[in-house]
Amino acid sequence: MSEAGARFQYSSDQSVLVYFDSPNESGRAQAQPLQNPITLQANKKVRKLLRLLELERVVGVRNLHPAYCSLLVKFDALKFSHEEVEGILRRFLARLDEVKLSEPRLVEIPVCYGGEFGPDLAEAAGLRGMTAAQVIELHSSVEYQVYFLGFVPGFAYLGELPKELVTPRLAAPRRKVPVGSVGIAASHTGVYPFATPGGWRLLGRTPIKMFRADREGLSLLAIGDRVRFTPIDAQRFAALEREWA
Amino acid sequence: MGVIQVLDPGLFTTVQDLGREGFGPIGVSPSGAADAISLRIGNRLVGNAEASAGLEMTLLGGTFTFPEGAVLALTGSDFGATLDGAPVEIWSSFEAKPGQTLRLGPTRSGARCYLSVGGGVEVKPFLGSASTHILSGLGGHEGRSLRKGDVLSIGAASGSTPARRLATRVMQELKPRKTLRVTHGPQSDWFSETAQRIFYSSTYRVAEESNRMGIRLEGAAVPGPSGGEMISEGVSLGAVQVPEGGKPIVLFVEQQTTGGYPKIANVISADFHRLGQLRPRDEIRFERVELETARALLIKQENLLASDDLIV
Repeated sequence: MSEAGARFQYSSDQSVLVYFDSPNESGRAQAQPLQNPITLQANKKVRKLLRLLELERVVGVRNLHPAYCSLLVKFDALKFSHEEVEGILRRFLARLDEVKLSEPRLVEIPVCYGGEFGPDLAEAAGLRGMTAAQVIELHSSVEYQVYFLGFVPGFAYLGELPKELVTPRLAAPRRKVPVGSVGIAASHTGVYPFATPGGWRLLGRTPIKMFRADREGLSLLAIGDRVRFTPIDAQRFAALEREWA
Repeated sequence: MGVIQVLDPGLFTTVQDLGREGFGPIGVSPSGAADAISLRIGNRLVGNAEASAGLEMTLLGGTFTFPEGAVLALTGSDFGATLDGAPVEIWSSFEAKPGQTLRLGPTRSGARCYLSVGGGVEVKPFLGSASTHILSGLGGHEGRSLRKGDVLSIGAASGSTPARRLATRVMQELKPRKTLRVTHGPQSDWFSETAQRIFYSSTYRVAEESNRMGIRLEGAAVPGPSGGEMISEGVSLGAVQVPEGGKPIVLFVEQQTTGGYPKIANVISADFHRLGQLRPRDEIRFERVELETARALLIKQENLLASDDLIV
């Protein structure tokens, strides 16, 4: 253990991973760690380190990939060795306590649940012994946190899902999930910004564009934001879709 | 300023430069040329800055005309190019006179051929780069691969360019390798000795469904780690992930930025350009090297590219 409980892993010849997890004896993260409050803390450290590295840019650090409880730092291998990058990051880690994260924004995302927009709603309800209405009620009842954006542009990993809704991902992923689909997997939920392959169970769809090249910031959501889903009907969906077109 | 008229786009042709770094926090991967070295050399042959945008063609090249003429170079794999019917050599600059037609065919060697043009291909940059990101439909020419009838602007050239060619010595150094060198992956020690032995002793075949996001491999399944759950984390270019089923996938230029599969190895930076030349059904093997070796190979490669007698 080192500064801020960080652990380093040299992941390729031009990147290092900084983990804030608590590995067990085999070096693996605990199973089901996201149910654990430690992860929220770990994610806060990820966001603080990210913020610091964005505020005080290091020439030769080329990219940053935040995730639940880790940050991948890609660097110019012609300029730095891994040990040098680790040294730089350790100095940043020693200062995490002084980093103030900005107040989270609350973003409301309208969702039309079920029907053709949410082809897995009924099955998800069945798996957890609930009605579709109860699933909708639960899914839209809580505020989620954006742990990080990853996978594809603008895909926000949101947690925690109410534990009554925790379901495994689909055994066979879909080849193409429609844009705006709202899915759940394990204890997370998220919105597909693009038509991509995907294995999350789809509960509904939003007419809101999650990622737009012509918008400041590009992504509707940013790391650390809070999110709430608001149920809307098909008529409202159509109206909003026209508005966002 | 001239234009490129696309008479036939070929199988899959996109505008690419060296990609956009720094947008991992919003989930945007760099994209960029699959064989960056070929694009860099192509740019130097026509007198451009190395990072200028060119056209990346895949397996089957296109047909283009240049109404105002242009200085051109083809690099990477040999797609049997002709200019108004006369064969043109790759790795050399040449001039297309106004109205001449450049025609490329199916590949005779690797997967990708680059067309560089004096002045570079000009498109509206997205996040500072001309590179096309196909999955999200961003960057490049309208965020997509080229179609028949597209017209692309050529930037202002730096001046007249004498005919140049790549030194033969350099071509030797950059030649394709079927054994890709890898360093350990972040989860290497999750895999059993048997799994490691299978991975390093097997020959893998590049699957048809490989693309710029990932190179999918067929062959001996690598037994996955038992117990313990992988939490999604940032993934690096060239990471070799082993999903359920044990068929490795090498993450490539349009990679996802995070992923939840364990990674047994990572292709070294000095071999990235070779990944860009792998064709479906090519057979490859993996050879483990240490991080210091990988870095030394990268430095050697960059020194070679920086050498004065690269272009003759």
